[in-house]
Amino acid sequence: MRRVYMDHTAGMPVDERVLEAMIPYFTQNYGNPSSIHSFGNEARSAIDEARNMVSELIGAEKKEEITFTSGGTESNNLAIKGVAYRNKEKGNHIITSSIEHMSVINTCKHLGKQGFKITYIPVDKYGIVDIENLRKEVTDKTILVSIMYANGEIGTIEPVKEIGEVAHSKGAFFHVDAVAAAGQIPIDVQHENIDLLSLSSNDMYGPRGIGALYRKTGTHILPTIHGGGQERGLRSGTENLSGIVGMGKAAEIANTEMKTEAERLSELRNAFIKRILDSIPESYLNGHPTKRLPNNVNFRFRYIEGESLILSLDMEGVACSSGSACTSKTLEPSHVLLAIGIAHEEAHGSLLFTLGKQNTKEDIKYVSGLLPNIVKRLRAISPLTPKELVT
Amino acid sequence: MYSEKVMEHFRNPRNMGEMPDADGIGTVGNPVCGDLMTIYIKVKDNKIADIKFKTFGCGAAIATSSMITELAKGKTIEEALKITRGDVAGSLGGLPSIKMHCSNLAADGLHAAIEDYLKKKEAEK
Repeated sequence: MRRVYMDHTAGMPVDERVLEAMIPYFTQNYGNPSSIHSFGNEARSAIDEARNMVSELIGAEKKEEITFTSGGTESNNLAIKGVAYRNKEKGNHIITSSIEHMSVINTCKHLGKQGFKITYIPVDKYGIVDIENLRKEVTDKTILVSIMYANGEIGTIEPVKEIGEVAHSKGAFFHVDAVAAAGQIPIDVQHENIDLLSLSSNDMYGPRGIGALYRKTGTHILPTIHGGGQERGLRSGTENLSGIVGMGKAAEIANTEMKTEAERLSELRNAFIKRILDSIPESYLNGHPTKRLPNNVNFRFRYIEGESLILSLDMEGVACSSGSACTSKTLEPSHVLLAIGIAHEEAHGSLLFTLGKQNTKEDIKYVSGLLPNIVKRLRAISPLTPKELVT
Repeated sequence: MYSEKVMEHFRNPRNMGEMPDADGIGTVGNPVCGDLMTIYIKVKDNKIADIKFKTFGCGAAIATSSMITELAKGKTIEEALKITRGDVAGSLGGLPSIKMHCSNLAADGLHAAIEDYLKKKEAEK
């Protein structure tokens, strides 16, 4: 059976070139970068090189502004808690949006219980943050504004540069969760007013268990993990050497290939969206039609439920995700879909495809051919489907 | 995640459809929560002569609906009322624990259809 993987937000394959770059760092170059002997020196220069690659991907001024972490979740925790605890004398107000990743939302909720005041800025029907609302909410007590670069679920790209300007107008730091965006679309931290930026290696074809936080010089934060003082005291713990090398290679590849790949994926994405919306009645696109990540396709189909759709596609070899309650651990539909104003019963019928390097035109053709019949079959089973849609 | 039996019922649901001349109809669940199930029964000589379902929901919701129709068909009203959520899950080779509560509605749907039938019968007297 043909197998088509379109669930890259959930997990990505590691690029072969990344794996190749990593292998020597398991068995040959295994020194501890803190050691002063030649083994240590080799490890240290490999880490320096990786740091350089990551800083180049996002346009950082200096490579020292990159701190390696265990992934996107830790980077978000470090940025938000780090700013909050370091700057609480200045203020206790943190602003974020209603569509952030759970590692941002739950970190903010945690701080909310510790006396910080958290404001969640609403978004419009496409998921774009309401800048006017943000402008009203930022005060001299605001220490941090944390808004994502792009949403991994609905693909919407946020106006980060403008958001950064608003944050800075009141002296607040600006943190950006760029886990979904990095390696997909160009990021320029200096030009876009970004003080802190979270990255994940696996989301750009690097290994899992490694990520990074960009911290602009002069952005004061406290560490969340204490120990031997690695990563200039910001992230203790012996460095994940092979992981860091892998992430560096992944960033290097993304930096050179991103533009061509984004063009290719955008074309596939647009063709996929058009085919499905044209061939399935009462199907809709979630998220912004154009301000959208090149790899993101998120539909919703009325009268049916997402997990049934996933299972049906899985039986044909196709892997994807849904914002349905039945596919979540909390049994609540996706907070992102609810935040863009989609009713519960419709959020259950969402289906998320995230494309990647191996996906081809033929894959799109294959899935576009299957989906209308699957939707039809499930609609025939559903008591909610209007008679005219069941034939 | 699901047993082979669940997937088999999801792939080929038994007794799916509506029943225009049903003697009892039971609807349980709520589309807001992601599961809605309607069970139709036809009763003859105190036995469930025919049964059909329509379901909006996840794989477990569809498979349990299908399974309840197999379990209930041919049973007397009294026997059918004794079918529990546990019986449905057991006959399917078990359900993931997270699904035991939310999507295992089929027994409730059957009981609601029987109550509807009994109420209508009572009203005819």
